[in-house]
Amino acid sequence: MTLLAQQIVLGLLLGGLYGLAAAGLSLVFGVLKVLNVAHGELIMLGGYGAYWLFALLGVDPFAALLLVIPGALLLGAGLYTGLFGFVVRAPEETRIKNSLLVGFGLALALHALAVRLWTADDRSISTGYGGAVLTVGPIAIPLIRLASLLVALALIAGLHLLLARWRWGKAIRATAEDWQAALLTGIDIRRAYLLAFALGTALAGAAGTLVSVGYSISPSIGLEWTLKALIVVVLAGLGSMLGTFVAGLFLGVAEALSAAAFGGPYREVVGLVIFLVVLVLRPQGLFGRAPR
Amino acid sequence: MRSPGGGTEHAWTVAILVAFALLALLPLLTARDDVLNFVFLVLLSITLAQSWNIVAGYAGQVNLGHAAFFGLGALTARTLWIAGTPVVIAMAAGAAVATGFALLIGAAAFRLRGAYFAIGTLALGEILRTTVGNALPEISTLPAASIAGYRLAPRYYLALALAALSVLAVAALARSRLGLGMQAVREDEDAAEATGVSALGLKLRALALSTALAGAAGGVFAYYHISYYPSHPFGPGWTFDALLMTFIGGVGTLQGPVLGAVLYVFLKEYLTVRWVDFHLLIFGALFVAIVLIFPGGLVQALVQAGNGARRRRARRPGATT
Repeated sequence: MTLLAQQIVLGLLLGGLYGLAAAGLSLVFGVLKVLNVAHGELIMLGGYGAYWLFALLGVDPFAALLLVIPGALLLGAGLYTGLFGFVVRAPEETRIKNSLLVGFGLALALHALAVRLWTADDRSISTGYGGAVLTVGPIAIPLIRLASLLVALALIAGLHLLLARWRWGKAIRATAEDWQAALLTGIDIRRAYLLAFALGTALAGAAGTLVSVGYSISPSIGLEWTLKALIVVVLAGLGSMLGTFVAGLFLGVAEALSAAAFGGPYREVVGLVIFLVVLVLRPQGLFGRAPR
Repeated sequence: MRSPGGGTEHAWTVAILVAFALLALLPLLTARDDVLNFVFLVLLSITLAQSWNIVAGYAGQVNLGHAAFFGLGALTARTLWIAGTPVVIAMAAGAAVATGFALLIGAAAFRLRGAYFAIGTLALGEILRTTVGNALPEISTLPAASIAGYRLAPRYYLALALAALSVLAVAALARSRLGLGMQAVREDEDAAEATGVSALGLKLRALALSTALAGAAGGVFAYYHISYYPSHPFGPGWTFDALLMTFIGGVGTLQGPVLGAVLYVFLKEYLTVRWVDFHLLIFGALFVAIVLIFPGGLVQALVQAGNGARRRRARRPGATT
């Protein structure tokens, strides 16, 4: 029983990162109608950014967020201007398909680039306080993962506020709801697209930083994280960042439970099965409205 | 509507088959294993790319779980062959299992359209890979007796025959009512349904043909490799390779996947000598450029270059066209 509770706690801690990873994907998909399958590779790059800052300059990984997030914002703006800005010109159905293909090519290229830059080895940031554990009764909570969960929650809440209160946040939401109407009210939707993509990339960068400190990164984690983010987005639907975060926690717990029931290696399978079942049962209604 | 290949499918079919006939002489001319291994890889890649092209290029469905069918073919064929079944029958069984699985999941999978079909099949492929990796974690190695008697030539000829079969299948498909129906579904599914064809039926037939070829290719892989992890042929890399080769060559054309496979394997083998996986940086970037700027790939480039030359000739003084 204690073991199970311990597994669930660890699942929740990991689930928070799933939620953060999915929030960026969800934002980009919801606003641009662009399915960026290189999202996991952006997470991977964020992780290596933090790793570099730590290994070369000795920057603490949580402090590194203050550098990684602006860096990822710029990278996102660059990727939108150089790549995805061309994709959004197509009508919706072509747009999703082309974005999938472009993201796929980008994922391959980023993966190969990361292997060149950092080799294929697993890396992890080990700080002086990395081993600290908070003990609640019989359950041990790694402090660093708890801190990561809190940071993820803070970032999601920050994003929620940004979208709710900020002038351009409202513009982003309006564009997501109906870009034609948004255009008619005078919103510069290209700018809303750019901002949403940059914010999505920044969230990926932050998620990657947290992954590199509590877990480990390698150039090949991209596909895995893209799939996790997709699963969470499918579970949560579009529109609510807090809902996405909760769905992330749910996936983390579901994985922990299936690992306990069927053995560790099958933890990857459960999320994918949930994903397929939800997809097939709601083929159109999945992301809000039916694709025409 | 002009076909994307410039209406030269027939000439290309003949040219490719002539090239294959010449390649059949290769084992008689050289005993160099590296040459034969290289051509084997090209031939296997042609089959893999061409099989992917049937579903993606003709029926318009981006299947990102193609490796699952390649893997099922490899798993079935390897198991039967090591147990003593003649290799051709083992391969046919591999193709049958792959197709059977495709038909089993097809109706549910095709409830998903466009990008959703793509991510759904991606998840499906990963489920199979993980499950096979967990259920069969041990490396699969040939018995010592078969290793002693291992000869490259029969593997080579099987790969050659299968590559020729895949090209012939696509050539026949491109001219048939079936192939035209698939292309109608690709262009506009609802409009195709309105003319009375069953989009689901056509997509299922495209998937069945595609996965039969992929399963047989998996069988050739299982026959060729001395030892590998059973989950290896289920890896997403096989799907990605097929996708890259098809798009770089020209998706939805007969000759595109063949040209793409030749170029891809050649550059991959050449670059891997120096930098592992570096070819993916180049092909990833090239692929993005193709999707955004040049959706017809190499084939479109060749057709446009040909048209340009013809126009220049026509513009010369005294030319009559």
